[in-house]
Amino acid sequence: MSTAFYNEMYDSDAGLRPHYRAFAEWLDAMPAERLERKRAEADTAFHRVGITFAVYGEEAGTERLIPFDIIPRIIPAAEWAQLEAGLRQRVQALNAFLHDIYHEQAILKAGCVPAEQVLNNAQFRREMIGVDVPSGIYAHIAGVDIVRAGAGESYVLEDNLRVPSGVSYMIEDRKMMMRLFPELFSRHMIAPVQHYPDLLLDNLRTVAPTGVANPTVVLLTPGAYNSAYFEHTFLAQQMGIELVEGRDLFVRDETVFMRTTQGPQRVDVIYRRLDDDFLDPLVFNKDSMLGVPGLLSAYRAGHVTLANAIGTGVADDKSVYPYVPDMIRFYLGEEPQLNNVPTWMLRKPEDLRYVLAHLPELVVKEVHGAGGYGMLVGPAASRSEIEAFRARIIAAPEKYIAQPTLALSNCPTFVDSGIAPRHLDLRPFVLSGKRGGGMVPGGLTRVALRAGSLVVNSSQGGGTKDTWVLEN
Amino acid sequence: MLSRTADHLYWLARYTERAENLARLLDVSYQMSLVPQSIAAQNENWRAILALNSLESAFAESYSGVNVDNVLRFMVADASNPSSIYSCLRAARENAHAVRGTLTAEMWESINATWIEVRQQTFEQILARGISEFFDWVKLRSAVTRGVTFGTMLKDDALHFIRLGGLLERGDNTARILDMQYHVLRQSDDEGASDFYRWGALLRSLSAFQVYRKVYRDAITPARVAELLILRMDLPRSLHACADGIVRMLQLIANDASAETQRQAGVLHARLHFARIDDVLAGGLHEYLTDFMDRIYELGDGINRDFLIAA
Repeated sequence: MSTAFYNEMYDSDAGLRPHYRAFAEWLDAMPAERLERKRAEADTAFHRVGITFAVYGEEAGTERLIPFDIIPRIIPAAEWAQLEAGLRQRVQALNAFLHDIYHEQAILKAGCVPAEQVLNNAQFRREMIGVDVPSGIYAHIAGVDIVRAGAGESYVLEDNLRVPSGVSYMIEDRKMMMRLFPELFSRHMIAPVQHYPDLLLDNLRTVAPTGVANPTVVLLTPGAYNSAYFEHTFLAQQMGIELVEGRDLFVRDETVFMRTTQGPQRVDVIYRRLDDDFLDPLVFNKDSMLGVPGLLSAYRAGHVTLANAIGTGVADDKSVYPYVPDMIRFYLGEEPQLNNVPTWMLRKPEDLRYVLAHLPELVVKEVHGAGGYGMLVGPAASRSEIEAFRARIIAAPEKYIAQPTLALSNCPTFVDSGIAPRHLDLRPFVLSGKRGGGMVPGGLTRVALRAGSLVVNSSQGGGTKDTWVLEN
Repeated sequence: MLSRTADHLYWLARYTERAENLARLLDVSYQMSLVPQSIAAQNENWRAILALNSLESAFAESYSGVNVDNVLRFMVADASNPSSIYSCLRAARENAHAVRGTLTAEMWESINATWIEVRQQTFEQILARGISEFFDWVKLRSAVTRGVTFGTMLKDDALHFIRLGGLLERGDNTARILDMQYHVLRQSDDEGASDFYRWGALLRSLSAFQVYRKVYRDAITPARVAELLILRMDLPRSLHACADGIVRMLQLIANDASAETQRQAGVLHARLHFARIDDVLAGGLHEYLTDFMDRIYELGDGINRDFLIAA
């Protein structure tokens, strides 16, 4: 693959890309000190409102802002339309796959996906076999990570189908942008995103258990110490639903209730931001203090809906990822509209041989890793780091996959030295429910603030940008 | 509303109110200690403050002697004392943080700002600026928080639990302050000018000095002070006013389990509503106030059982 980077704003031959023209004019006319002042204003506002990571305690460093960059990432309407169609197609196939593997397992019988990759996967939940979920939807909320490489083509990097986060930053970034630079919004037709919580609530209500006319929806959080607690509070407040912890819920007669000041109140839909393992100490992690004993029994009885469903992790696992294009062909009879990144599966001897011979050019990831931890970025790694990683691969090759190092696109970004290009990705949020699903145009753009870095995760020093989809 | 949410709101209000009343109590004690008296008598007053909160042994673990400096440090800024102003403000903030989605932005910011400011000051800095100024600041912050609470919160159960917690705590605290000061004042045989200052300080600490003048237009007597602080329905910090508010809040949040708690609150209110100060004093003020505090404690127990740890 080419190592030249695609710049979202400038074309190396033709100069400024057309969809950035109006913004660039505005930026050129903007005095540097005013930009700097606006940047400081954004920081203060984010701090005061407390849009932080893992808020708590008195010690400094426990409350951290995710850096916000004031230069937006702009996507033209036509390009978004293609992305959106591809995302819907992909998530539809993933939902079909999840339903299939917990029921007929047709795709395994057809030999399209190797059965052992699914059935022996730690994320495959036997408890879900034969369980019918409303409308056959498993991943009600998907956060699909998309990157753009050297020639401008897009790839899906990851399908996050468990408890994807970041949507609150998408909304807060937009609010901040409108507050700082209202004039930009009169110069551009920018598709709105702030109605996401309404779409989400509507979507959750459509998947309530059958026969429930006016469902009670709650958001289940691990609690105030969770790094995404701000987002949990934010979404619950925006949707006007209760933010509950495990201890607020109990199960009686296979029905979930919450403890209220007016006595027990039935709960119909749980938007859970708690991993499978912690949901029900009777079934999963016995030591979990965060879950609700008996929740799975109520779920299996169809008396409560969990969003996302239990057991979605098997479909976004890195070892299953290479088969997603085949799933699209198998279930939908269509050709995939979004590219998969070519992936070597190191459990295969021939792939392992190739990867060990090419480590300095590749990215190697743990199959079950997340958040940018436990990975090797070959071109950025030192010789000794590569050799250390090589030893870990040889010890347990089945734990790893490898991919070419994508030349992630970059975008002008405000950094200490001025405006400089930084690499970025995009996480759109795809909702699925009874009446299809909803999406807001765009998503969360994450940007690697360190020069040359390809890791955009906030836990690794990444920041965010407002993402504009232009309406024509 | 979630029981846990109600619990946090109720305690957020109790701790905010407690911090304020502690500032009031310490302020009046400090003012009174400026009235000429023997060192022994003075230290006796400070010991009474520790006894009031059952903190003698906790205090003795870290401090060598009961005197104005040590008790103030312990009650104002000592993070290891769960009853200090510092700890109350921290607890208020922690409870608010746990339910910040239920609070209005102004409320959260007010409570959070109070906490951020108090934790940045050392006790030495507080002393350097003047301890009374600090007490005024605590009262002011409490007033600001109360103001944004009433000025911005929807009048629903969330607000009712906040008010309930505040009223319960205030009733208890007013009774405590009165009990202690009345005790001290009754012991002094001096009927002269210094007594006037002491009664005046007590009234001021409960924001009742001007009210007293307005209501009685007469000299300050112990019986009238007791009447004002216990029986006057229109004085916001009186026991009667608190009991009245508690009854009304309980009516608003009533559920299937709360009948007995409501009955108890009604009894408490009726006893204040129909009481005469002569009868109260004849039976012994200390006994009366102790009984009141016991009943408040039982109400708190009932509220906890009926609403906050509900099935």
